[in-house]
Amino acid sequence: MTTTTHEAEVAAAPREEGLMNLTLKIWRQNGPRDNGRLVTFKVKDISPDMSFLEMLDVLNEQLQAEGTEPIAFDSDCREGICGMCGLMISGEAHGPEKTTTCQLHMRSFKDGETITIEPWKADPFPVIKDLVVDRGSFDRIIQAGGFISANTGAAPKAEAILVPKENADRAFVAAECIGCGACVAACPNASGMLFMGAKITHLGELPQGQPERDARVVSMVNQHDAEGFGGCTNIGECSHACPKGIPQDVISTLNKDLRTALKRGR
Amino acid sequence: MALINGLYTEGEKIADTKAPKVPVPEMWTTRKFDAMLVNPANRRKLSVIIVGTGLAGAAAGATLGEAGYRVKSFCFQDSPRRAHSIAAQGGINAAKNYKEDGDSIYRLFYDTVKGGDYRARESNVYRLAEVSANIIDQCVAQGVPFAREYGGLLDNRSFGGVQVSRTFYARGQTGQQLLIGAYQALERQIAAGTVEMYTRHEMLELIVKDGKARGIIARDLVTGEIETHVADVVVLASGGYGNVFFLSTNAMGSNVTANWRAHRKGAYFGNPCYTQIHPTCIPVSGDHQSKLTLMSESLRNDGRIWVPKNREDCDKDPRQIPEEDRDYYLERIYPSFGNLVPRDIASRQAKNVCDEGRGVGPMVGDFRRGVYLDFADAIARLGEDAVRAKYGNLFDMYARITGENPYEVPMRIYPAVHYTMGGLWVDYDLQSSIEGLYVTGEANFSDHGANRLGASALMQGLADGYFVLPNTIRDYLAKGPFEALADDDPAVAEARAAVEARTEKLLSINGERTVDSFHKELGNIMWEYCGMERTEEGLNKAIGLIRGLREEFWRNVKVLGSADTLNQSLEKAGRVADFLELGELMCIDALHRRESCGGHFRAESQTEDGEALRHDDEFLYVAAWEFTGGDGTNGEFGNMGAPVLHKEDLVYDAIELKQRSYK
Repeated sequence: MTTTTHEAEVAAAPREEGLMNLTLKIWRQNGPRDNGRLVTFKVKDISPDMSFLEMLDVLNEQLQAEGTEPIAFDSDCREGICGMCGLMISGEAHGPEKTTTCQLHMRSFKDGETITIEPWKADPFPVIKDLVVDRGSFDRIIQAGGFISANTGAAPKAEAILVPKENADRAFVAAECIGCGACVAACPNASGMLFMGAKITHLGELPQGQPERDARVVSMVNQHDAEGFGGCTNIGECSHACPKGIPQDVISTLNKDLRTALKRGR
Repeated sequence: MALINGLYTEGEKIADTKAPKVPVPEMWTTRKFDAMLVNPANRRKLSVIIVGTGLAGAAAGATLGEAGYRVKSFCFQDSPRRAHSIAAQGGINAAKNYKEDGDSIYRLFYDTVKGGDYRARESNVYRLAEVSANIIDQCVAQGVPFAREYGGLLDNRSFGGVQVSRTFYARGQTGQQLLIGAYQALERQIAAGTVEMYTRHEMLELIVKDGKARGIIARDLVTGEIETHVADVVVLASGGYGNVFFLSTNAMGSNVTANWRAHRKGAYFGNPCYTQIHPTCIPVSGDHQSKLTLMSESLRNDGRIWVPKNREDCDKDPRQIPEEDRDYYLERIYPSFGNLVPRDIASRQAKNVCDEGRGVGPMVGDFRRGVYLDFADAIARLGEDAVRAKYGNLFDMYARITGENPYEVPMRIYPAVHYTMGGLWVDYDLQSSIEGLYVTGEANFSDHGANRLGASALMQGLADGYFVLPNTIRDYLAKGPFEALADDDPAVAEARAAVEARTEKLLSINGERTVDSFHKELGNIMWEYCGMERTEEGLNKAIGLIRGLREEFWRNVKVLGSADTLNQSLEKAGRVADFLELGELMCIDALHRRESCGGHFRAESQTEDGEALRHDDEFLYVAAWEFTGGDGTNGEFGNMGAPVLHKEDLVYDAIELKQRSYK
């Protein structure tokens, strides 16, 4: 086993306490038509205080120094809110903690560990390059009805709309969805029902969302299916992987709203 | 013309900002009435390009789409919902006076002008306060889940620099909820066919024809294709430039390129040195750091900021330090505002106590760079659950990043670059010095003077996007549609050639240093010499260092890969090239402004108590800088020339100029 040799190497190198040497198996795919493969890289002296993406920054600096093209991956806010980042880390969407990839820190890993890093894998999220995928299908689901039609200027006074706190709170919990796609990546069916259910619940809990409630759910579900997302079979991986903890019952709300709408003949 | 300080020249003053010549409270009504109208049937013949999909860009895109104009919207992220407005935590101000605590449009106006240390334009700020209430109405109608009281009414809290509760919020994710509201409105227009969305596209050049902005050159970041997009008017809503410091609370991709390309084409840059250093961020933990994370200012409602009175206590467990050995320095120095003083003041005092050797946390160089933000009192008073309900997501984020539990141990915080008050100069209509180029949100300079108050950025972004721009831009569009622009028009060809030449140059240098290494070095220079405290000597030194670094960049940068595919190094290289020019202009601006005001603190200009000392006799103006350097098409990159300073005098009719005091 390589572990012994590896540990010997680590012991020989004098360094700051807690620093880690890691083996990374990273998905490399040079464009949508390339087949893609896992490539092994080593990184040394990784601080437990680094974020996971900072660890990849270190690797990319190293690769560029060697003349190798850096690994493409998405990230933007690096505060866990924009939803741009998202990696399959050793088979788990966003890795071992309940958070986004950018908020995952290296203290969650151990010296000598081998980590596999892959993009989201789901037909509605085609790979663009390396770890970068196209999540335009999520935007198109929102276009299908994930909004309240309220033209600028036409709004009534905010104080005229009363929202019971419990409805406001449940709407808020659902509205926390960041659209990262972890739910789809984690689901064996590549279903987008948690994402969609979160929006249906957010808008459906509010009085402002009622006029379009039936049309919204039918239209969004149709778009979801047309994009090639699968159906929900109540496995619960989506909610488990969700960095914002969107509860699985938003899918129940979605199904209920759909039933009601279909009964009314929408 | 002779150079001033060997760096710049002075040009003509800006005589007119186009604000109506009526008292401040009547200006906006007058302007809306005077602005020409466009008949609904004609709107679909008029086209608008909007760069950026944050609050300002998404709101403008949705609103103009609803009105019936043909809109093309651009963002570099994979979806408009990712724009960095999403990361704003605390809240949005509005003069609704729901708490009956004496708030009014005038008070919001006054607080904002005073908070900006009397370096903002009265006309624009009054309008901002005036439309603030409409924003809340609009967002509620869209389904933004603001915090509510048990009776179903909207809740408010307080932010720094004010003594009323006018901030609306959605837990610690207000920016996210407001942006999702604007994003959904935008997606609705995309579905309706009024807005065409270009994601993963970056604007790399502005097309100017006969003095009018007529389009942009953008790179499709997936295919690498260079595209030409023309329109009757161009709007930049591309955000701020805090990433010139490398480490900031901005997103990784936030950049100045759209603004800088427009600046190079003739748009004046207003007050570039006005940057906001936010007092409550998680301290830097090591060299690997890629960005900094803010802890919302709302935490200062309940958290108390302190450091040990004695240096020897600085490495002790804070819970073991008795009350009498703690210095709650903001409460001590500013008894009326306490922990809720404006950001510039809170930041500078944090720096001062750390410079005195009373900082906490790990040593960074010769000093500990951190102060405590302590919730022990709040938890004792309200209970842990109540604190969790208010700030839970922020506490979780802190725990995740630092590995410490803030419910048990006080948070450690330190100031970090957060926002840029400077930006492209605009008139009252938000039009830049290039006709047909409008600039909104953080990308313009207009509303916050030398320091922005908390919960005002969201307010300005949405005010500009939903209410101001759609009203002023129609006055310009009413003159259109303008003559079609052919692909081989010299104005288009020239802009394309400039983009192609730069791209080719960046990929062909093949030097020794990565883009990030240049960016980090630039960031260190900016933080050291153009950060929380600035001196004549330091700024002169910085200008020399930046020039040297820029020269090296164009000779020694290493960008791998090709132009015809997704190439993130190439994207970064273009952005850093522009930061390397902006950084110099910021230092020149900071050097020429020999006064302290708001976030711009010149060590040479302070009161006896160490507060910012303005010199209204000399500096009561907006500094609008004109670019004079080369365009890079002749193989000469990074040549900035000597900028020309145009002064716009600030006139205060409604508010009396005073030395700011929060004591």
